[in-house]
Amino acid sequence: MTAANTTNILNEPPVLRIAPPQGWWEVDFHELWQFRELVYFFVWRDIKVRYKQTAIGAAWAILQPALTMLVFALFFGKLAHLPTEGLPILVFYYSGLLPWMYFSNSLTNATAAITQNQNIITKVYFPRLALPISAVLSGLLDFAIGLLLLIPLMAYYHIRPGISLLLFPAFLLLAVLMALGAGLWLSAMNAMYRDVRYVVPFLVQFWMFASPVAYASSIVPAKWRWLYGLNPMAGVIEGFRWSLTGRGDPPGAMIIVSLLMALAVLATGLIYFQRMESTVADVV
Amino acid sequence: MTDTVIRVEGIGKRYRVGQRESYRALRDVLSNAFRSNGRRKPKDFIWAVRDVSFEVKQGEVVGLIGRNGAGKSTLLKLLARITRPTVGHAELHGRIASLLEVGTGFHPELTGRENIFLSGAILGMSKAEIVRKFDEIVAFSEVERFIDTPLKHYSSGMGMRLAFAVAAHLEPEILLVDEVLSVGDVLFQQKCIGKMQDISRGGRTVLFVSHNLGAVRTLCGTGILLRDGIVATSGPIDTVTAAYMDALWQGTNSHTVTIPKPPERCNVWMESVSILCNGEPNSILETGDHMSLQIKFRSREPIQKPIIGYLIRSSRGENAVNANNYFLPSANYPKPVTQGTIICDLGDLPLMAGSYSVSFWLCRNPHEQHHVEDVLHFSVEEKDIWGNGALPTKSLSCLWWPTQFRFQRTNEPIRTLELPAPRLSRPGR
Repeated sequence: MTAANTTNILNEPPVLRIAPPQGWWEVDFHELWQFRELVYFFVWRDIKVRYKQTAIGAAWAILQPALTMLVFALFFGKLAHLPTEGLPILVFYYSGLLPWMYFSNSLTNATAAITQNQNIITKVYFPRLALPISAVLSGLLDFAIGLLLLIPLMAYYHIRPGISLLLFPAFLLLAVLMALGAGLWLSAMNAMYRDVRYVVPFLVQFWMFASPVAYASSIVPAKWRWLYGLNPMAGVIEGFRWSLTGRGDPPGAMIIVSLLMALAVLATGLIYFQRMESTVADVV
Repeated sequence: MTDTVIRVEGIGKRYRVGQRESYRALRDVLSNAFRSNGRRKPKDFIWAVRDVSFEVKQGEVVGLIGRNGAGKSTLLKLLARITRPTVGHAELHGRIASLLEVGTGFHPELTGRENIFLSGAILGMSKAEIVRKFDEIVAFSEVERFIDTPLKHYSSGMGMRLAFAVAAHLEPEILLVDEVLSVGDVLFQQKCIGKMQDISRGGRTVLFVSHNLGAVRTLCGTGILLRDGIVATSGPIDTVTAAYMDALWQGTNSHTVTIPKPPERCNVWMESVSILCNGEPNSILETGDHMSLQIKFRSREPIQKPIIGYLIRSSRGENAVNANNYFLPSANYPKPVTQGTIICDLGDLPLMAGSYSVSFWLCRNPHEQHHVEDVLHFSVEEKDIWGNGALPTKSLSCLWWPTQFRFQRTNEPIRTLELPAPRLSRPGR
């Protein structure tokens, strides 16, 4: 059958060398690209399984941030009177909660990515990076569904996004990179030390209060704002609000610090993850 | 292009003792760091695979054999890239698929259809490839009717068939297989072996780990025998399986074995075990001989009823005979003792000619077992059971049951024709 040749474009069979791990940087992006279909299947599986046997299915992707928005609006907005930078409180909290919930869910899923797939890891080879990557990517669908509620919400308050909307994908990418970077660290550590899975819920909670989800970063003194950017999620969430609503000042120095920080976490996460990768099947 | 597709040179894998068993908790790391203050315990390492070198040519089907813990699975995992070697290197030419388990990546919540795609992708097929072979896979699995039912509603047999159907449609140039044929019912196993034969005839290179020496002999042309992580023998499969059998029984084929003292936490332990044939210590028996096993034990505290169990396993790895006295009121010492002998009387031995091993476990309660695996070895010689020179067929089962056959003519209920019973026991015993 001639169709059998379509998958193997190269006539010369690939040569694979197996050797002990060496060096501190062995990340093989070319190989990862070859396994992109597997990443697709992992994402597809995660999404398929997530809402199996639920009554309302993907509606949860809207309900979760919407209910949290109401709680935040009541306690932080109405009772505590925290400033919302001139935005209607529902829009303020929802536009902060969306990226935050994407990030926290992705981080939690990525942390469990290695341990939950240990039955596959110990039986077949693929670049282990595919697991945290797909965990981070599969959260994007929920994020997109959640975004749908923002449209009527903004229409109701007559908020029209401006030219700043063009930068929205950049902030989204920053959130993905940050979730992946932290997820690489945590999933690798979780494979070694199961204590991590108990730490992560606290970490996520503290991190939320260190990010401008429930409050505006304007309550941080301006001269310390750049330092606040060391938490990349601060830049991401501020950037989200700004790009979607066009209100407020564009985050300046803070977003640069956030970007550099996210890249640093990602790079070190890759190194740490890859060091763990060679032995993970023995310890997981 | 060279026709050597696998070249392994001096490959080795070292584990820290205990590393394979479980993951670490931070608590252990901290407490170890605390304890090692001053007197650091020398690290315990074991080499699961050591200095292994071999070459496999295009289209060869190679059987990897060896006892439990000889390093077969570790070697396969190294070649499958599931774990990295500590030293040495290997070179593989061609697309590789590893089949270390049936149903890798199956998810119970997904339907049969979805699982075909998922498992296929995890085992290394492209989406286009799965789409193309989808109908073939479904037909092979014989679960067409349930293809859109979640896997969790499948019977285990159906799940297994679906899993194997996916695996059977992999088209790698090199296939690494571990023990997958040992699951499922006999019909399923035969279907698998048939498929494996097709694969090997198709010119693919296969590395095959199995305990089933029969399957290894059927499928493989050459073999590699591993012992304690190193290559003991390699060459034509018959030579290698023969060497394996010899190694198993040679030297160990003595009727009494002294057992090294177990760790401190064992409260009861075996000192020696022996095998008796017709009352005499002997490890070469014939079918129908009177066999007994004798266990000398010691106990830290006086004990009234030692609980003993044994398992006889054939050289093909089949569990043949086992028994224990856990629920029996027998073998109660009238007065608690700290040492003694237990005798297990098996009666007339219903085993076919072949080599067998015996494992024992001994305890006071099931939580503190002293367990010795494959410690005794004995062989059963062929015997002219019917007294006419014909020998019973060995290949079917390792048990030979002294069945009495009677024939009865239709419509003649009164007269039955009785055939002479086979003579299991030695005359004049």
